[in-house]
Amino acid sequence: MLLITCPNCGPRDETEFHYGGQAHVPYPEDPHALSDAEWSRYLFYRENPKGLFAERWVHNGGCRKWFNAIRDTVSYEFKTIYTGESPLEAGAKGDSQ
Amino acid sequence: MALKGSAVMAETISEETLSLAASLRRSPAARLAKAFAVAGTEGERGVRLREIPFLTQLGIRATPGTPAAAAVEAALGAPLPAIHGSTTTGGGYSVLWIGPDEFLAVGDEGSADLDRGPAETARVAATLGEAGSRLPGAVVDLSANRTTFELSGPAARLVLEKGVSFDLHPRSFRAGQAIVTVLDHVPVLVWKTEEETFRVLPRASFADHVGRWLLDAMREFSAPEVH
Repeated sequence: MLLITCPNCGPRDETEFHYGGQAHVPYPEDPHALSDAEWSRYLFYRENPKGLFAERWVHNGGCRKWFNAIRDTVSYEFKTIYTGESPLEAGAKGDSQ
Repeated sequence: MALKGSAVMAETISEETLSLAASLRRSPAARLAKAFAVAGTEGERGVRLREIPFLTQLGIRATPGTPAAAAVEAALGAPLPAIHGSTTTGGGYSVLWIGPDEFLAVGDEGSADLDRGPAETARVAATLGEAGSRLPGAVVDLSANRTTFELSGPAARLVLEKGVSFDLHPRSFRAGQAIVTVLDHVPVLVWKTEEETFRVLPRASFADHVGRWLLDAMREFSAPEVH
């Protein structure tokens, strides 16, 4: 059983959480302008990396809030838990958050 | 519109009608009342279970620190709890932390006598203002959403620990704390009201299952401990 640290509720069993797929997939600015291929790419195509992966999680058995996590898909270890912008992207912009 | 309607209704229904309606209510775990009474045990490993039905419960959505939260706090007579696990009391309510902007105000035990939910909801919601200029928040009558089980006695924690993975040891879960969690796959609120007294609030549709689960979990404590 994994212990996942909810940013609101602290460490809880993984069974209280649901997985929400890849994080930071932006909604297209103008969906009507997309071709069917581009739209399907937005809807269905996700990364499947071996190693660190930014993901969405929801604590549906607790506070019911969404948050992001960077998890190692090899070891299942949660490296970072955060809300909002990816710490990697934020770091690249020189933001200390 | 619907809210206004219910506010008017609540004002025009007489206390008499309310108490008649209250006498016709049946709680979600009413059929287990006898089983609960029989299953209770006293002594060193004692644990007792009862249902506290029909407590007034108001679901509150408001972001703490905003004017909406201040309005709700003033109407309730209790501040909104600030962090996970905490509760506050005042004005005949205990307010439980559900999420960063979600709270549940549970009426004191006397609140069960009359069906106060709709009237109280209208009263507290009115402080958010009229439609069109309403402060961003919501107050909803959730009195019929959950029923309340009260597990008390020296073995109460041991019973709950069979189904709750959260650390219920007094060092991490103190009297006056409440959490949203899962009891044997069932979403519940676990609320420690006193040192050896826990309230478990499942949704009404889960009340029968949770009641029977607790009875089953309590069974071993009616016999001497096996070493």
